[in-house]
Amino acid sequence: MNIAVLLKQTFDTEERIVLAGDGVSEEGVKFIINPYDEYAVEQGILMRDAAGGGKVTVLSVGPARAAEALRTALAMGADEAVLIDDERVPADEYAVARVLAAALGGEGSGTPSLDGEAVDVVLGGNFSVDLGSGQVAVRLAALLGVPHVASVTRLETSGGTATAHRDAEGDIEIVEVPLPALFTAQQGLNEPRYPSLPGIMKAKRKPLRTLTLDDLGLSPDDVAPLTERIGIALPPERSAGRMLRGAPAEQAAELARLLHAEAKVL
Amino acid sequence: MADKTWLVIAEARDGALRQVSFEALAAARAVQQSGDTVVAALIGSGVAPLADALAARGAARVYIVDRPELAVYHPEAYLAASRAILQAAQPAGMFLGHTAMGRDLAPLIAAAHNWGAVTDVTAVTPGAGPEAAPRFTRPLYAGKALETRTAAEPFVVTVRPNNIQAPQPADDVAADVVAIEPAPVPLRAIVKDVIKKTSGKVDLSEAKVVVAGGRGVKSTEGFAPLQELADVLGGAVGASRAACDAGYCDYALQIGQTGKVVTPELYIACGISGAIQHLAGMSGSRVIVAVNKDPEAPIFKIADYGIVGDLFEIVPLLTEEFRKLRDASS
Repeated sequence: MNIAVLLKQTFDTEERIVLAGDGVSEEGVKFIINPYDEYAVEQGILMRDAAGGGKVTVLSVGPARAAEALRTALAMGADEAVLIDDERVPADEYAVARVLAAALGGEGSGTPSLDGEAVDVVLGGNFSVDLGSGQVAVRLAALLGVPHVASVTRLETSGGTATAHRDAEGDIEIVEVPLPALFTAQQGLNEPRYPSLPGIMKAKRKPLRTLTLDDLGLSPDDVAPLTERIGIALPPERSAGRMLRGAPAEQAAELARLLHAEAKVL
Repeated sequence: MADKTWLVIAEARDGALRQVSFEALAAARAVQQSGDTVVAALIGSGVAPLADALAARGAARVYIVDRPELAVYHPEAYLAASRAILQAAQPAGMFLGHTAMGRDLAPLIAAAHNWGAVTDVTAVTPGAGPEAAPRFTRPLYAGKALETRTAAEPFVVTVRPNNIQAPQPADDVAADVVAIEPAPVPLRAIVKDVIKKTSGKVDLSEAKVVVAGGRGVKSTEGFAPLQELADVLGGAVGASRAACDAGYCDYALQIGQTGKVVTPELYIACGISGAIQHLAGMSGSRVIVAVNKDPEAPIFKIADYGIVGDLFEIVPLLTEEFRKLRDASS
């Protein structure tokens, strides 16, 4: 089974955000694989192994530093990695999805492929914990012309069919789709493994290619953004409020009174 | 400048319109200029009677696609229905709730038409003047930063629940209903079954009150007093990553940078220390209450009201106090 996994390198979720000019400062920041994409990588490895063969290729659109996240995915057990590093790709989901579609055999084909080899399953994360728009993977499914199931907590394949459990705001929808298809990973799909030491050693020799728009046959006009950031700011800071005092019962009564009379939420 | 149409794709859940659909109507009305029209659409099964409630909140026309097979969200079927609606409405922009449906359908519609999309929007500012584009504010890093974006028309926007004030309904408004019959499309995906786990419960992302538990809740059973408190307040129960990772509760309840971002009127954090990734998911709440044994817990630095103590003692006392308050006011 051939599997393509979409991966984004993001800030660690424990990082604070510091603005620098009209962007976010990356100074001293620890980067990780977007947590939802980590589930996708793990799922790709599990599905390949369950199928008894095939290839897991991890793809990322991002700057040179994203290679580190791809190496981590290779160390987990993915087979190959592709980094599309081109500063002419704008931070716009329409554009990023088009770039990925080009890397996966082109728009409207209905049959995704990598280097001419058919891809059975495309996996991505439910959303990225940085920009958080949750658009790229679903857009990619539409562009490729394959069915998709988003936010899956369970995924099994049998023959040419996949059965996915989709988390729909707490309810579970059980969806069957023919392959090839695209799925986005929700928390609970699996337990991502830590790279082992031999895995890390092996990853150094696994292929990691870097591509540009030209390699994908795209021009900057093909990926001209449709949305644009015109400002960025930090949210208003919250400050510590009031600590209540007294016996537990007094504190509880006081809180109810304050919420009602002062904060006016009840 | 031609007069524009702004479309809201509304959503019903358990036979009623979702509050976030009204908030999406408010977003559409915020970008409306003189001469523009705001219209709404509703896709589902048995949804036609809900059209008047949309009209009462400013939808000049309501497009309805009402079919038994649309009872459950299906990407391909809903995309086909949306295409037929778009054909009829020709909008310059469309608005949906940032819900399980909206998160899926919005990028699907956008990709099908090569349109831009701005998702999870928390505020809409009209363009200054008829030619200026409306501006959309949305969180980055789950709310650690905020960005403002513009989008080329036509665009697709999803709005985060609980952030944009819904319009007041007008009395006795009958909707101008347009029934839409999309041509059938072959469907590849089949929804085999839906396991309802949330029936009768308040949806976490739309809840006005959230009672959340952390590692301090200690077990699955430990969430029972929190649920009682949430029930008295008409709210929902949430959890920190630590509580989910420990297996005390389902990941569907997780609040934080991984998990859900919530912005209720009142957030009560019980036994949650306040890791940065959790704070990102709830700092936008209007009023925050923290109950924690550790007076040094970071959660107190952002809480409006703090109680240092054992949550298993405090939470039932709170439930009792709020019950009194509720009974006194009813």
